[in-house]
Amino acid sequence: MNVIIMGCSRVGGRLARLLDEEGHKVSVIDIDPFSFRWLPPTFKGSALMGNGLDEETLIKAGIENADVFISTTQGDNRNVMAAQIAKHIFNVPRVASRIYDPIREEMYNKLGIETISPTKMGADMLKSLIEE
Amino acid sequence: MYVIVVGGGEAGYYIARALLNSDHEVLVIESDERRCAIIGDNLGNIVVRGDGCEAATLEDVGTSRADILIAVTGDDEDNLVSCQVAKHKFNVPRTIARIKNPRHERLFKKLGVDVTVSSTNLVLANIKQELPDNPVCSLLAIKGGNLEVVSVKIPSDSVIDGKQLSEVDLPDESTVCLVVHKDGSSEIPKTTTELAAGDEIIAITIPENETALKKALIGITD
Repeated sequence: MNVIIMGCSRVGGRLARLLDEEGHKVSVIDIDPFSFRWLPPTFKGSALMGNGLDEETLIKAGIENADVFISTTQGDNRNVMAAQIAKHIFNVPRVASRIYDPIREEMYNKLGIETISPTKMGADMLKSLIEE
Repeated sequence: MYVIVVGGGEAGYYIARALLNSDHEVLVIESDERRCAIIGDNLGNIVVRGDGCEAATLEDVGTSRADILIAVTGDDEDNLVSCQVAKHKFNVPRTIARIKNPRHERLFKKLGVDVTVSSTNLVLANIKQELPDNPVCSLLAIKGGNLEVVSVKIPSDSVIDGKQLSEVDLPDESTVCLVVHKDGSSEIPKTTTELAAGDEIIAITIPENETALKKALIGITD
């Protein structure tokens, strides 16, 4: 699969590594090149410095042939806007976003973006941990 | 009408002031404490500190009864999300977003934001008008009608210098509606109106014919 990951955070970098190790063609975009330190030296994909909300950057990253687009920047709004560009402008078949705010997560899920809310999941998991 | 303005920067401040002057009910949502204080001191108790993209904040300010939500923060993504939350969670009938990157206009329209205002394009159009080597300038797009109002400054080497309007071969669906002469006087043109270098012509055209109109009035293409 051709995968684009926007936001090379701990999560984004780790995800890029996992997919890369499985043999997928991964392209990572981040506005700050310093964040590419989260990629392992063995990473075979491409790392592109740029703004993932900019269509030109997305085209450079290969979005026109992407099978999957995942946004994992620190900003919920950036993530959902990028996801919607991928889905509605470039017709990427699968689009997923990390969204911290559970209310926004629920809404964008209804609007057709696959979403993960680490806030909700983290709180639920910690709660079940102490209840064991 | 009840209008919610998201973002209390300069744009938000002046929009709120104008709406208050027209006797509308206005509420500004702004996250920065200092901006909130400035707005509160100058415009009264119309500002709530918070994040205008958060459904909880929008709920607290009664967004479901708002007639319009105007998102004018400095970030396109925040303006988009604010309008989408207003539309999808609170059924606000009209949402207006300021956008900085003109390329985002297409996406905002597609996602149901009712009106987009591209501040970058507005600044660009205004500045272009002042540039000497840029004789054609788009002043306004008439949304829905696929029409455009353009301003054309007749250069000194123009083929129409000294001609009457009837002698100018205008493209289809293009009309000259105003001529502003070099001396500052203006007239609604008749077929006999004489055009001279330095005059500014305000015309209505369809975007497809903009180049043809340019050619007819200036005699060059680019």
